[in-house]
Amino acid sequence: MMLVVDFALMLEKFLLIVAVIMGSLVIAMYATYAERKVAGILQDRRGPNRAGPFGLLQPVADGVKLFMKEEIIPLTSSKWLFILGPCLAMVTAMMTSAVIPWGGRIEILGRTIDLQIADINIGVLYIFGVVSMGVYGIMIGGWASNNKFSLIAAVRGASQIISYELAMGLSLIALLMLTGSLSMKTIVEQQVSSGIWNVLLQPLGFLIFLICAFAECNRTPFDLPEAENELNFGYHQEYSSMKLGFYLFAEYINMFISSAVMATLYFGGYDIPFVNEANLAQSWGPNVVTVLGSVMLLLKVAFFLFFFMWVRWTIPRFRYDQLMNLGWKKLIPLALANMLVTGAVILWLNK
Amino acid sequence: MQTLTNRAKVLEQKPLTFMERLYLPNIAKGMGITFSHMFKKRPTINYPEQTRPFSPVFRGLHILNRDEEGRERCTACGLCAVACPAEAITMEAAERKSNEEHLYREEKYAARYEINMLRCIFCGLCEEACPKDAIYLTETFAPANFTRQSFIYGKPDLLIPDPKMQPDKFKEAQGKLEAHKANVNAAKNDQ
Repeated sequence: MMLVVDFALMLEKFLLIVAVIMGSLVIAMYATYAERKVAGILQDRRGPNRAGPFGLLQPVADGVKLFMKEEIIPLTSSKWLFILGPCLAMVTAMMTSAVIPWGGRIEILGRTIDLQIADINIGVLYIFGVVSMGVYGIMIGGWASNNKFSLIAAVRGASQIISYELAMGLSLIALLMLTGSLSMKTIVEQQVSSGIWNVLLQPLGFLIFLICAFAECNRTPFDLPEAENELNFGYHQEYSSMKLGFYLFAEYINMFISSAVMATLYFGGYDIPFVNEANLAQSWGPNVVTVLGSVMLLLKVAFFLFFFMWVRWTIPRFRYDQLMNLGWKKLIPLALANMLVTGAVILWLNK
Repeated sequence: MQTLTNRAKVLEQKPLTFMERLYLPNIAKGMGITFSHMFKKRPTINYPEQTRPFSPVFRGLHILNRDEEGRERCTACGLCAVACPAEAITMEAAERKSNEEHLYREEKYAARYEINMLRCIFCGLCEEACPKDAIYLTETFAPANFTRQSFIYGKPDLLIPDPKMQPDKFKEAQGKLEAHKANVNAAKNDQ
């Protein structure tokens, strides 16, 4: 048997991975800046504007500050798990980006390169699996801190994410019945070729998915695990320096990735609205169209990021029983009904 | 239970209507409100670049005045120190030597003149007490600092720039002083 190693493919994938990881890190970095700027603007303030022009160096200053701080590991914590917590949070946040198609195909030197790290046929399932692993970061961190607030936060986080994952999965099943595929690439290609975004076919499903995405990212109004004013920052209370930074950063990467997932699944991914990509590719060349598509995807992601922030600075936090009521008594039945109706309509149309 | 006053009101708590229980319409309304704030005017002033205009009779840091030839006006009479309710002013008098006529206006001058800016309450009584037009309160205020010692302002900190050495700066400071005097007089006449 001969082992054929395609070095060009390896290099291509390696470069893509580096680009995606660096991209998500930079975008997450500037999401923290955007968060503060948006918060300021929504509250009639100015937001950060001292470091660099328009305060653009603020995230750099924050990062340097976090790195320079003293690293404290509490004596009574379990050290190994204490360090593992933020690592897990960060790794799971980054891993999801592997299956998201960031653009169409680019042709360089006679090679066609897919702007997607791995087009696996269970892309959606993979995302689900990795995202639910993200809760271990919170759980382990909260438990290892040996602090009652952190422990409560960890328990809250775990039960919240488990509850909302159900509704999220059910809302996605309706979408998957429409697309008939679990591959993210296929789902986008279908939307590109038909020109109809899935949000038009599944508005209720999208709404449920959106609400659950907020809960999965621990964003307001569902930020109960870190609830500043009841739990003193919850699971990351005992953390300092860059370990704290990783937790905070993971939240923004999660936001970025779930925005990308929403844009991909429901808003056509790299589809340019009202434009026929195939015709455009003939006149301008495929590479230009691919780049335009990627920019379009990033614009959609930026909108969702803004939406995340906008909601955060509008809605107060849910009480815990309200959170559970909403998750179990409203979203899950709604998602089930949505699934049944979608199935019935599909059957009726196919008859 | 007997109530102490008759002011107690029974609150009627109605269960939420269907529209209210949906949350979403109200959330949309709230988000509309926050969004509209993006276009509102911001009351913030970018402080070091922009400053809020002071009142015309604002009383800030002191300045020791000179006459047209650049000689110090202060004769160390001590009236300002007596007038000071916070006892922030200290001075030491000295006699002018024969070769110092170009430095000091009268034959007695303040060899040491200190104001403790932490004690000072910026009431302006020193300015009113001065018979020689020598001390004025300007429109600047004491900058933050790390030591108490640095808040004791001596003569080098207080004196107006010398018109011979730094004519531009002197003119600037003098102009501000004249404006300040005019404002204070106008305010006095109004009363």
